Amino acid sequence: MAAGNPFAIALELILERDPVLMGIVSLSLQVSLSAVLIALVLALPFGAALAMFRFPGRGLLVTLLNALMGLPPVVAGLMVYLMLSRAGPLGSWGLLFTPTAMVIAQTLLVFPIIASLSRQVVEDLWEEYREQLQSLGCSRLRAIPTLLWDARFSLVTGVLAGFGRASAEVGAVLIVGGNIDGVTRVMTTAIALETSKGNLPLALGLGIVLLLLVALVNAAAYLLGESARRRLG
Amino acid sequence: MSSRLYVGALLALALTTPLQAEDRHITVASTTSTEQSGLFGHIIPQFREATGINVRVVAVGTGQAFAIARAGDADILFVHDTAGEEEFVAEGYGKERRKVMYNDFVIIGPSGDPAGIAGAESAVDAMTRIAEAEAVFVSRGDDSGTHRAELRLWDDAGIAPDRGWYRELGSGMGPTLNTAAGMDAYVVADRASWLSFDNRQDLTLLFEGDDVLFNPYASVRINPERHPHVKHDLAAKWHDWLVSEEGQGAIAEFTIDGEQVFFPSAD
Amino acid sequence: MNDMTMARGLLPLQLENVTFRHRNQLLLRDITLQFGVSGRTVIMGPNGAGKSLLMRLCHGLLRPTSGHVRWARGDALSNDVRRRQAMVFQRPVLLRRSALANIRHALALHGVPRSQRTGMAMDALERFGLVALASRPARVLSGGEQQRLALARAWALRPEILFLDEPTSALDPAAVKAVEDAVTAFQGLGIRIVMSTHDMGQARRIADDVVFLLGGRLREHTSATAFFESPRTAEAAAFIRGALIW
Repeated sequence: MAAGNPFAIALELILERDPVLMGIVSLSLQVSLSAVLIALVLALPFGAALAMFRFPGRGLLVTLLNALMGLPPVVAGLMVYLMLSRAGPLGSWGLLFTPTAMVIAQTLLVFPIIASLSRQVVEDLWEEYREQLQSLGCSRLRAIPTLLWDARFSLVTGVLAGFGRASAEVGAVLIVGGNIDGVTRVMTTAIALETSKGNLPLALGLGIVLLLLVALVNAAAYLLGESARRRLG
Repeated sequence: MSSRLYVGALLALALTTPLQAEDRHITVASTTSTEQSGLFGHIIPQFREATGINVRVVAVGTGQAFAIARAGDADILFVHDTAGEEEFVAEGYGKERRKVMYNDFVIIGPSGDPAGIAGAESAVDAMTRIAEAEAVFVSRGDDSGTHRAELRLWDDAGIAPDRGWYRELGSGMGPTLNTAAGMDAYVVADRASWLSFDNRQDLTLLFEGDDVLFNPYASVRINPERHPHVKHDLAAKWHDWLVSEEGQGAIAEFTIDGEQVFFPSAD
Repeated sequence: MNDMTMARGLLPLQLENVTFRHRNQLLLRDITLQFGVSGRTVIMGPNGAGKSLLMRLCHGLLRPTSGHVRWARGDALSNDVRRRQAMVFQRPVLLRRSALANIRHALALHGVPRSQRTGMAMDALERFGLVALASRPARVLSGGEQQRLALARAWALRPEILFLDEPTSALDPAAVKAVEDAVTAFQGLGIRIVMSTHDMGQARRIADDVVFLLGGRLREHTSATAFFESPRTAEAAAFIRGALIW
């Protein structure tokens, strides 16, 4: 497998279903999907509240959130590393170099994307629904779940963007996970490792597998969204 | 809807937890050269067989390995920088340092060898020839054991490398070799990384065998007084196993393409 | 809150010197007006007279710049008081979900227990001939169907008063008929009707009394017969004749 065509290697990796690779793939998915799910739970209400309520410093918060969409993964990783290190404030939790630490770091990367998008979408939808909802005696707070649910198709895009960022990044998981064989090694860190071993065809083959994986998740979300959209207008 | 999401998130957390459930393990802060050569992949299963303890290796540059150990984020160190290790012990972070094995550094360069180092009399002579020819040289520049060894060579030769031909990367051994291959540059590498490196292109081993290229690896235990939470008992088993007859044998029988890579050196 | 006292208590509605200013433009000035406990009031006047604005102020969607909107009890701007009313807009705003879910959502906002929502919503859909469309996405219904759904939503809520803001201006004749029949049905339940239109025939068919607005001022408030037979102001007379006034 050391030399050869990366596409052939990717195909071989998939067909062989090598248990080590399967472990890496499943950990990648678990870490990134968990991060997206947790970010979703936190970012939806946060973004919606930011859209619905006016308070001092709101503009600053919106700008900050938009800027954080560009937070370099290495910096996010470093921040989490310093928090979770034994020398850091949460050191006693003993989470450094575990998948949980990787989930936390990726959550940090995904949160601003979903929060920013949900703020925008909810703000636009509130503009459209405001009179009708107020007429029904709906408070701004009570309107949040209604608006989020009605914005669900637009939000899927944000969730996919978040998943893309999480599954593509290597900087954060490398620092907080340590790329430990069988424990915290995911697709991107495995690719980085094979690259540094000079095993470029295998690295690229893994890259192709990762790309297929992300494409698969996106296609599933797209099909789901399209069929729902057709049903619900 | 939100309640459903929260349940989902909890479920997701639950899914990741079993990965951490395995309880008898230690975390070793080590160097890329040992990890990437495949040495750990060879000896760790034997250690696990003998003791039931799992070993998790965080492979980074030696400088970062020391930093991780200083912060108490690893249970034991396995590195190759004698001066740094002694300092680590002297500062009170390390408790016991034991020599485990050695290999050597080698000087790699383009097969055309524009600086003519293949015929050099010593490593210092080779470095001097590179500087005089102003041939492109890439340095890891990441405060790793290999980087520190390279800097000692320049120092011994009395040369302050010049930006014109000296490229400091700040990368691990692998990326540095990749870069050297791309630039047809000279580079100092540890033999294990070189042997396990696939993307050589026009690079070849040009100089080896000088005593100053000696590259010893040691295991250093963390001081329990400094970091009481560290798994000292399990780490001690690993420490002792490495220098035991069994551990030393495992190291000696590890080869790349039939070539022995590390040589046991326990006292 | 005591439902019975609230149910008894909302009407009459009293507007005292209500003025509304937006971006330095005086859009409604000094309106004093009472809506009695029953009947059908039609608000008339040319475009820009302030008909929609007046209804939004009554419904508590807007706050007057000066003056007061007083219900017999409760604060006009509170959600509790608004839940005793309903409003059907010129262009219905429907949520991105099924017709049934739209009504269920409104019932949920009104505190109807979950177990009763579907039954009540289906009753309302049935009343407006929409049962076959219950599971269809509300947004893909035709204009007439959407307006009927908005009416069914209001129906399910059993308000004390229903505001309708030019509810038929974008509809074809058959759909207009359905809306007018609905208004009669609401009236039959004892629900107070306040509706704006600039369809003269519709006003004649529906109105018990007429509020005539022009340029943000109240020009006449009188019985429908009096308004159409012998308008007091020259502008109202011209408006009824179909002349262009502003």
